[in-house]
Amino acid sequence: MSTSSVDIKRRGRNLGERAFIALSLVAIAIPLLILVGLVANTLVDALGRIDWDFLVGYPSRRASAAGIFPALIGSLWLIGLTALIALPLGVGAALWLEEYGGKSRLAGFIEVNIANLAGVPSIIYGLLGLGLFVRFLDLGRSVLAGALTLSLLVMPIVIMATREALRTVPGHLREAAAALGATRWQVIRQVVLPMALPGVLTGAILAISRAIGETAPLIVVGALTYMTFLPADPGDPFTALPIQIYNWVSRPQEAFLVNAAAGIMVLLVTMLTLNSVAVLLRNRLQRRTR
Amino acid sequence: MGARRMLMTVTAVWAAALTAPACGGKGGGAGDGAIIKIDGSSTVYPITEAVAEEYQKAGGARVTIGVSGTGGGFKKFCGGETAITGASRPIKPSEVKACEAAGVQYVELPVAYDGIAVVVHKDNAFVDHLTVDELKKMWAPEAQKTVATWSQIRDGFPATELHLFGPGVDSGTYDYFTKAIVGTEHSSRGDYTSSEDDNVLVQGVSRDAGALGFFGFAYYAENQDKLKIVPIKSGDGAPVVPSVETVANGTYQPLSRPIFIYVNVAEAKRPEVAAFIDYWNEHGGKLAAEVGYIALPDKAKALVAKRFAARTPGSVFEGKGATVGVSVEDLLGRE
Repeated sequence: MSTSSVDIKRRGRNLGERAFIALSLVAIAIPLLILVGLVANTLVDALGRIDWDFLVGYPSRRASAAGIFPALIGSLWLIGLTALIALPLGVGAALWLEEYGGKSRLAGFIEVNIANLAGVPSIIYGLLGLGLFVRFLDLGRSVLAGALTLSLLVMPIVIMATREALRTVPGHLREAAAALGATRWQVIRQVVLPMALPGVLTGAILAISRAIGETAPLIVVGALTYMTFLPADPGDPFTALPIQIYNWVSRPQEAFLVNAAAGIMVLLVTMLTLNSVAVLLRNRLQRRTR
Repeated sequence: MGARRMLMTVTAVWAAALTAPACGGKGGGAGDGAIIKIDGSSTVYPITEAVAEEYQKAGGARVTIGVSGTGGGFKKFCGGETAITGASRPIKPSEVKACEAAGVQYVELPVAYDGIAVVVHKDNAFVDHLTVDELKKMWAPEAQKTVATWSQIRDGFPATELHLFGPGVDSGTYDYFTKAIVGTEHSSRGDYTSSEDDNVLVQGVSRDAGALGFFGFAYYAENQDKLKIVPIKSGDGAPVVPSVETVANGTYQPLSRPIFIYVNVAEAKRPEVAAFIDYWNEHGGKLAAEVGYIALPDKAKALVAKRFAARTPGSVFEGKGATVGVSVEDLLGRE
């Protein structure tokens, strides 16, 4: 593989290819520049505001005294529970579809539905969560109901990423394990799943990134805007970072907009921290399985 | 950590986490009994937040506030989920029915006035004031696609294109404005720029030379350097600019309105809820002014306190929705 790519590089590039490369570079540079500009802009607004008191403070009518603690802890609760619920279920569903379901009619039906679910607007999941978890299962407007709703929302992402990962495990490894007398379950547990784990973690990163920024379904499920205590168990009421940011953005006073910028930075740092854990794990595993 | 060991760890943590809440049961940690649950309008929220903050500092019970809008708030309130709900318009007939069906009795308490500011671009030199009829000409449903320039509004205005900005159709501010200007609640042209976020409207009007927009007075007060306020002329009176004085004394008509909280009568039997409302009646005016609203005059304040003390149930609007041009004294004194 490496020799052939060298061969291609050696062959002189024609004008069309150069133009295409330039175009691709521009295509990646424009959104990146816009993103960097937005983040830098927010960071400038936020820098003077972020301090320890802001991180461990509670909501206040005075922008300078308002903090983000309940929202930060609420978001961590939500993401933690969502990961616990959505990852095992999503990986399990993907395993069945790839390894057991085969080309059965049921598998095809489920596949179509998962693809469709990925395109459903998030507020619809909120309404589903309100009907199913809050009302029918009587979980109330709790952090658990919120996490279950977000789990449904990110499940298609986890399933699709896991399926991609499972497909990259070479068939001959499965055959080799089977030839050594391994059962199907042993093949999956000891060969397929460990090799697919880096891809599964990529799915986890995408899922967490999606879940942490969601506002609409949480408002429908019943996230609060003002609370001065922290959720202590999954049955407690909750608030979340995007809801606090949205509240501050829509206030008339300029100082609240600065708070919103600071909240956005806290959200970004939280997300990057969570994701970097998954990235570190993935890199370690990739080195191991090669 | 090997991939296999990690898999096992994840499975173990998962199993432990999913069985834990089953033992704990719901609502175990926070103790629902001691929480005052509030929801409702985003317009009322800043006042509720301020009162809750001070009430808790003074040693009061825990308060939680959600923001699901006036309509969404009434849904929870009439379902018995919340003790108090904030509303930027009076309760509607459908909501009265929902509360009745669920056996929820409520006390209606005006908590402050909010003026609706009509603004244009700050360099707009030709608009000195507008009459209610002229506003109606712009906003009526018939104006859709036909009224497109300022010259159609008044002879002498230039042929500058007219661009309208206003809150989304789900907001209480929109309901009140349409009732006061167009005459029918929730009825206006559809081809205007709408946003749920009033700051977006401020930005829009400040960047468009032919713009006219409306939103809560607080958003004008915080952005006076970017906008020009339009005095409103109603009937034969002189044009009036909205200000703390003209809104509170009722001369800024028809665009000043009271905003409300509704208290569940059964919940008000809880001492912490009653204490919270009493605290609100006593200190709410100063706090409302601090967050950009106009406090009720003393006379109205006394009537509101009396109304809560007597737990007078029902709405003085008799479920008719937004009513234009009434003062709190008139409303509560009538009974």
